Amino acid sequence: MNVFDIIGPVMIGPSSSHTAGAARIGRITRLLLGEPVRTAHIRFHGSFAKTWQGHGADRAVIGGLLGLNVDDENLRRSRKLAAEQGMEYDISPVQVRGAHPNTVIIEAIGGSGKTVTVQAASVGGGSVLVQYLNGMEVGFSGSKTTLIIQHKDVPGAIAKVSRLLAASRTNIATMRVFREEAGGRAVMALELDSVPEETHIDALRNVPGFDSVTLLRV
Amino acid sequence: MERSVSKLLRRAAERGGIAAAMREWQLRHDDTVTNNEQMDARMREALAVMRDSAEKGLDPALRSVSRLTGGNAAKLMQAALSGQSAGGSLLGRVCARALAVAECNAAMGRIVAAPTAGACGILPAALITMQEEYGYSDEQLIDALYVAGAFGLVIANRASIAGAQGGCQAECGAAAGMTAAAVAFLKGGTPAQQADACSFALMNLMGLVCDPVHGLVEVPCVFRNVGAVSVALSAADMALAGIGCPIPCDEVIDAMRQVGDALPASLRETGEGGCAACPSMCGGECQ
Repeated sequence: MNVFDIIGPVMIGPSSSHTAGAARIGRITRLLLGEPVRTAHIRFHGSFAKTWQGHGADRAVIGGLLGLNVDDENLRRSRKLAAEQGMEYDISPVQVRGAHPNTVIIEAIGGSGKTVTVQAASVGGGSVLVQYLNGMEVGFSGSKTTLIIQHKDVPGAIAKVSRLLAASRTNIATMRVFREEAGGRAVMALELDSVPEETHIDALRNVPGFDSVTLLRV
Repeated sequence: MERSVSKLLRRAAERGGIAAAMREWQLRHDDTVTNNEQMDARMREALAVMRDSAEKGLDPALRSVSRLTGGNAAKLMQAALSGQSAGGSLLGRVCARALAVAECNAAMGRIVAAPTAGACGILPAALITMQEEYGYSDEQLIDALYVAGAFGLVIANRASIAGAQGGCQAECGAAAGMTAAAVAFLKGGTPAQQADACSFALMNLMGLVCDPVHGLVEVPCVFRNVGAVSVALSAADMALAGIGCPIPCDEVIDAMRQVGDALPASLRETGEGGCAACPSMCGGECQ
């Protein structure tokens, strides 16, 4: 925590956890999908399920899914923007056993048919934690520049990533790897000290077995 | 320094004030800024958003999404400007602006969390109105924001700034402590007086519960911003008059944490106790 966590963040009210955090989760989902959202199924759990209308968590998530930032005044009219941009959505409560009180599950489907499912919690002060990605248990916040790679678990995958990031002179601050089972689906989450060059991100996208490469800057 | 007011005061003595000590600490701990100019530009932007929210919140037609609050700041400002405020024009305008920013927040406006969204009206109301009254420069206001931030950082690290953890004393209380210190700074108080101002404000709001009606940041939250800023000004006045707080600031903050830990869950942002449980606020279906 530093002085700009105390005098800040600049955000759309009324609640850092229920509005700013909700918008951030929506935006992370949009970035992970990698294309405009055509349909979104939004499921609120716990405190979110009780107060989403009054706190504008619905408008915040929808705005985030449209790519809006937490301080964008358009969050308030995001439902209208969604209609204009042809994004369909539905919202309903859900009970997730053992989940954080401010949890939302979003299934976002793009125009190409690509689907991403995110379960994330708003953990306070606008910070969030993505807990499941496409049904796989993960754990990343997106508070720093974060590279998310969904890939097949094969030997050498990490080496390829670190080699390309080194070529881009990008320092890795933290790195976590999650996988379903040996040789199954896996997710790498790397927090970076700087933004890698676009050519190196593209090179990562072309690595065989890498299904999805997303640079999160939220 | 980020965990102790006494260390903050020692550093301030070496560096020529709390704002300078805070800037130096921030440069070492924030990798997104590389010099004072960048840091001050960010603080200047926060100040601009604060001003904007105080302006927008004075719209008489403003309403929150739930329609529970909005439009009240305009009434309070009207009273202040027409000489009707019991506390005089300055306090009247400070209170009106605190309500304005808090109502802007409730209406999904753009605000600066200071330290939280629920307590966002207190610090801007005092700074903007002090500038209007006494002619402080923007640079002085930015220094005051660092002073407020320094005390807020210690409160966050030593106690809490989350209502769900420490009750409203952790949100409006912390904001009042930060604001009292900032006001004492602007009025020429020493770093020790700024710390005393913070202590008095925290002491006077200790135990304040977090009891939002329907779980929303509206009732009583927006009105508590008004109460808290009044406490902040009186706390600063006591310190500036040379009254030393009998309890050191760090100990007051520790006490605040212990009080927060002792609060039942029903009074920590669950919407189940206090104002939230009043029959007329829950349609007679209170538990």
